[in-house]
Amino acid sequence: MVDYVTGLRCRECQRAYPAEALHVCEYCFGPLEVAYDYERIAADISRERIEAGPRSIWRYADLLPVDEQAPVDLGAGFTPLVRADRLAAELGLGELWIKDDTANPTGSFKDRVVSVALTKARQLGFKVAACASTGNLANSVAAHAARAGMDSVVLIPSNLEAAKVTMTAVYGGTVIAVDGTYDDVNRLCAELTSERPGWAFVNVNVRTYYAEGSKTLAFEIAEQLGWQAPDHVVVPVGSGSQLTKVAKGFAELGKVGLLPAEPAVRISGAQPEGCAPVATAFAQGADAIRPVKPDTIAKSLAIGNPADGWYALDVVRRSGGSCAAVSDAEVLDAIKLLARTEGIFAETAGGVTIATLRRLAALGAVRPDERVVALVTGHGLKTAEALTGTEGAGPTATIAPTLDAFDAALDAARGHGIEELPR
Amino acid sequence: MSVTVRIPTQLRALTGGAGEVEVDAASVGEALKALDAAHPGLAERLFDESGNLRRFVNVFVADEDVRFLDGLATPLADGQTLSIVPAVAGG
Repeated sequence: MVDYVTGLRCRECQRAYPAEALHVCEYCFGPLEVAYDYERIAADISRERIEAGPRSIWRYADLLPVDEQAPVDLGAGFTPLVRADRLAAELGLGELWIKDDTANPTGSFKDRVVSVALTKARQLGFKVAACASTGNLANSVAAHAARAGMDSVVLIPSNLEAAKVTMTAVYGGTVIAVDGTYDDVNRLCAELTSERPGWAFVNVNVRTYYAEGSKTLAFEIAEQLGWQAPDHVVVPVGSGSQLTKVAKGFAELGKVGLLPAEPAVRISGAQPEGCAPVATAFAQGADAIRPVKPDTIAKSLAIGNPADGWYALDVVRRSGGSCAAVSDAEVLDAIKLLARTEGIFAETAGGVTIATLRRLAALGAVRPDERVVALVTGHGLKTAEALTGTEGAGPTATIAPTLDAFDAALDAARGHGIEELPR
Repeated sequence: MSVTVRIPTQLRALTGGAGEVEVDAASVGEALKALDAAHPGLAERLFDESGNLRRFVNVFVADEDVRFLDGLATPLADGQTLSIVPAVAGG
């Protein structure tokens, strides 16, 4: 493999930095971006070379910021892109696809970014992997650190779903629950990064590399569509990083010649009403993101002060996309809609995406003549407790083990809108 | 009033490596001004041309973002800690 990274560059003031564990500019505090030699990549990369690669994000290694033969890898990526005709019919859409990232090793898209971050961190000599997380990242960092033989220290808000806590602790690392919101945890980690320079905080001091992992969503979508770009992608927005990197991914495919030209892909953002700083700024036509105190069942999107919120807003506007915020009730309904139409069980953030897609379709912001992809980024088992006690989340009936009781239960169920089944 | 300002790695070259600096101030704005007086060059990093905190600089008092308080006018009590934290983190 060849390293195509030329260094890091401040997104705001363009100052150049070496490819080390740096995430913000020392002068203006702007985010650092990985800079690549796209001409050299374009000369070497090809569809054939990618298609001959592993069935994981590492088939796109030429466009990832780390040159490594043996990455920290649990098999993240190359998840199914599923044609969703039954869901499309319900929403009044035409060609609709679901990018099913529930199929990742720890059940969310975070495996993409963590595999990249820890590969780079190990190369830089770090022995400890750390992060601030709303849950999915915690799962993934703990798992990948175990795989890599690194220690892990994961900080989470203390109100997380039980499954996400268990799915982190089981890997044997240190899990610290913080009494506070994710934004409190994030601030603590940002401060800890200055005090523990020997730790790789995947979404702080190695965030520049970590974020690049989300580009693989765009790469896979294009490849799985037969090397074509979609017209419109709907992306859930927490920090906004994923949305900006999906856009960057499509742009890069044009730059290195894997798509004929830089594709025009509309990118729309999905947020829960209880934490919608980006959707609010979009609706108001505002230039600044006003931080909020989150209150939503979509805990993986409960980031009140999104690091990339402004950039995400910029991408949505420049691409001709839209943004909406949906209620908790719409989220739960959308989880069930996706499950019953397509057989995919999404976590609450996936419910936010589908509910937003539904809203934007009703508004005409996502159209039936578009080829649309919706990102479902985490598995429903992680947040199953959000559905507990809601309609359609438990047994249809509980009966004695007799034929009569069964028939009676089925009759009663038909009375509640369940259709007659063939005998 | 004496307050403690916590300095992030990115600014420690200007504080001689110190992670904490004591200053006398009654508000967040005064504290940051006093910090610049003690360690010239800091203000340029923290404020934009119009004198507002840069978009990517967060300042916390008692663990609360001053944007949720009174911004630079946020009053400080004796012995309080103020943290300067790069905003680009997390998610």
